[in-house]
Amino acid sequence: MTVTDIAVVGVAQSASVRRSRLSEAQILVPTIAAAIEQAGIDRREVGFTCSGSCDYLTGGPFAFVSNLEAAGAWPPIAESHVEADGAFALYEAWVRLQEGDIDVALAFGSGKSSPSQPSEVWAQQLDPYFLAPLGLDPPSLAGLQARAVLDAGLATERDFAEVVARSRRNAAGNPHAQLRTPVDVEALLSQPYVRDPLRRHDLPPISDGAAAVVLARGDRARQLCERPAWIKGFDHRVEEHLPGLRDLTRSASTSLAAAKAGYDGGPLDVAEVSATFSPQEGILVRALGLDGDVAVNPSGGPLAANPVMAVGLVRIIEAATRIMDGQAQRALAHVTAGPLLQQNLVCYMEGEQ
Amino acid sequence: MKQPVAVVGVGQTHFKKRRDDVSIAGLIREAIDRALLDAQMELSDIDAVVIGKAPDAFEGIVMPELYLAGALGAAGKPLLRVHTAGSVGGSTVIVAAHQVITGIHSRVLAVAWEKQSEGNAQWGLAGGRSRGIGAGGAFAPWMRAYIHDTKAPEHIGWQVAVKDRRVAAKNPYAHLKMPDLTIEEVSESPMLWDPIRFHESCPSSDGACALVIADERVAGSQSRTPAWIHGLSVRSELAQFPGRNPVRVRAGVECAHDVYDQAGITDPRREIDMAELYVPFSWYEPMWLEGHDIAGHGEGWRMVDTGETELGGAFPVNPSGGVLSTNAIGASGAVRFAEAALQVRGLAGEHQVEGARTALAQAYGGAAQYFAMGVFRSTPPE
Repeated sequence: MTVTDIAVVGVAQSASVRRSRLSEAQILVPTIAAAIEQAGIDRREVGFTCSGSCDYLTGGPFAFVSNLEAAGAWPPIAESHVEADGAFALYEAWVRLQEGDIDVALAFGSGKSSPSQPSEVWAQQLDPYFLAPLGLDPPSLAGLQARAVLDAGLATERDFAEVVARSRRNAAGNPHAQLRTPVDVEALLSQPYVRDPLRRHDLPPISDGAAAVVLARGDRARQLCERPAWIKGFDHRVEEHLPGLRDLTRSASTSLAAAKAGYDGGPLDVAEVSATFSPQEGILVRALGLDGDVAVNPSGGPLAANPVMAVGLVRIIEAATRIMDGQAQRALAHVTAGPLLQQNLVCYMEGEQ
Repeated sequence: MKQPVAVVGVGQTHFKKRRDDVSIAGLIREAIDRALLDAQMELSDIDAVVIGKAPDAFEGIVMPELYLAGALGAAGKPLLRVHTAGSVGGSTVIVAAHQVITGIHSRVLAVAWEKQSEGNAQWGLAGGRSRGIGAGGAFAPWMRAYIHDTKAPEHIGWQVAVKDRRVAAKNPYAHLKMPDLTIEEVSESPMLWDPIRFHESCPSSDGACALVIADERVAGSQSRTPAWIHGLSVRSELAQFPGRNPVRVRAGVECAHDVYDQAGITDPRREIDMAELYVPFSWYEPMWLEGHDIAGHGEGWRMVDTGETELGGAFPVNPSGGVLSTNAIGASGAVRFAEAALQVRGLAGEHQVEGARTALAQAYGGAAQYFAMGVFRSTPPE
């Protein structure tokens, strides 16, 4: 794999809220402007722009077209869009930068879950012949995964609740997070199941939000940022779709993506992982081989704020931010897509030595 | 970091109004298998898959590539989904090519598809709301403006329709094949959106198109001639704002000049041997000839009028039959790139442009605001 020096030099995210009265484009306008301002560039220096979003959230086709307003597409820009989380847009921008003819790229992701019923929307992401007709929503699928984890003796329901309690504690210090009130593990465990063995707190909140990242190459990155978050490895892998074809207690494609990204399993200061349901954090920690010293989801993670299509890019932002502000030297971000961790992306970053 | 890359395999399905003989997975595999056969590869040789399609609302599946991961042979590999409206097929090829140009991967499979019979494309295009004006309704005023500005005679649109539908009969994969269509039949067909008549409008098709893009080492060892990529570009602009020129679109002009510059082309009409342009409505042929500076103002329709854009003419446009004959929306841009690649490889069969060495591929989408363009040659870049 060829990698040139490419770093995160500017980041921004909106607050995640249950119901924003703004459109996606309106949420994006100040978010993109803030990322560009942090990078300290003129917007015209952006040589490539890539966005990530989902038509179905808006309930109509071509939802991303109106987001061009926020990208400032006049005069015309070199631009592309992925029907995926903004983290995959960042991957495309990272690839594009490696050609060496441009120095700066912008990626952003946005999603509003509030206009629709997420349980109805995401049931339509399943195999249309065998799974979608069952009406399986993500919490139901996550319940099956949680049961597999419990049956394998890999975790207990108390472990799930402790993941949630730590998420809320960490989120208390995160102004962008949605669920920021501390919770007591015993109180959580006294709650009823919503999808046995999952309780409401094991599920992510429903959020609206957006995020943006500016990438720069080589010397330009050093000029723009005192402490750029250098991307040392970036890879994503997908696996078979049908849950019955996978070992749900593991995440093989996460391990593979980390290996292909060149993450050597060495000590990390921070890991931001897309554990959308509490039992998934343990699966991901094991898949990535994280040891007990690494701070996992110091932002609170997706259990505290889940703006779909931006939530993955937020993981990269949270990891990169801790390098840029000097708290961390080595950071890893994990992003997932599809039912039950079907597709996984790993972005491994380091600070200046 | 930039290295020469080429298209080494092309595969298309037979396009039809309704491919109810195959599932969605079966449809894309038909195209993939043909592309791999052409490239003399197995699925296991592919490093990464880039997939594109237009709105998910067309088939009613959210991000269908996830369910298709197995059929795409993508399990264990990177899979990236592109969606840039009508230009998506072209963008998909371009995103895939960048993964090879940068040396990240050696062999990348680009797949673009649409199975429009699964849903109602007109409903989908209208944002899921009733009483949508459709793409034709959106573009009709701009075609009328072109006619007004250039004083083009009405028969130009009819002529493009006859040319594309007739030549499609030479393309085994095309949807509408009408070798006997006449100017009279087009001119007497019902008016849909003035100035577009029924026969001047694209069909709604099911189909898929796949391309294998490989690095210099792989491409150089192929027994069949690869189509070397000499330029790739994308441009986007806002859909509407005061002062926007939707007829001669600035994003389209700049995208074209970017690929010409990359390919070292200074006189596109002379230096390019043929073009596959995204022409879903007849009038877009002269509009893009002018909008990409192949022809000067008012010269595009004259190129049509004199037969210059016919197969056998000086500047053949859409010898495959084009989008006017085949339109599985998500795939249509990729078909332009695939057909341009086939032409410089000399593998276009009955619709081969004799001596094609340099070919232009173009796709556009949205409110004529997204552009994806490429230049292919039979020889590698110097």
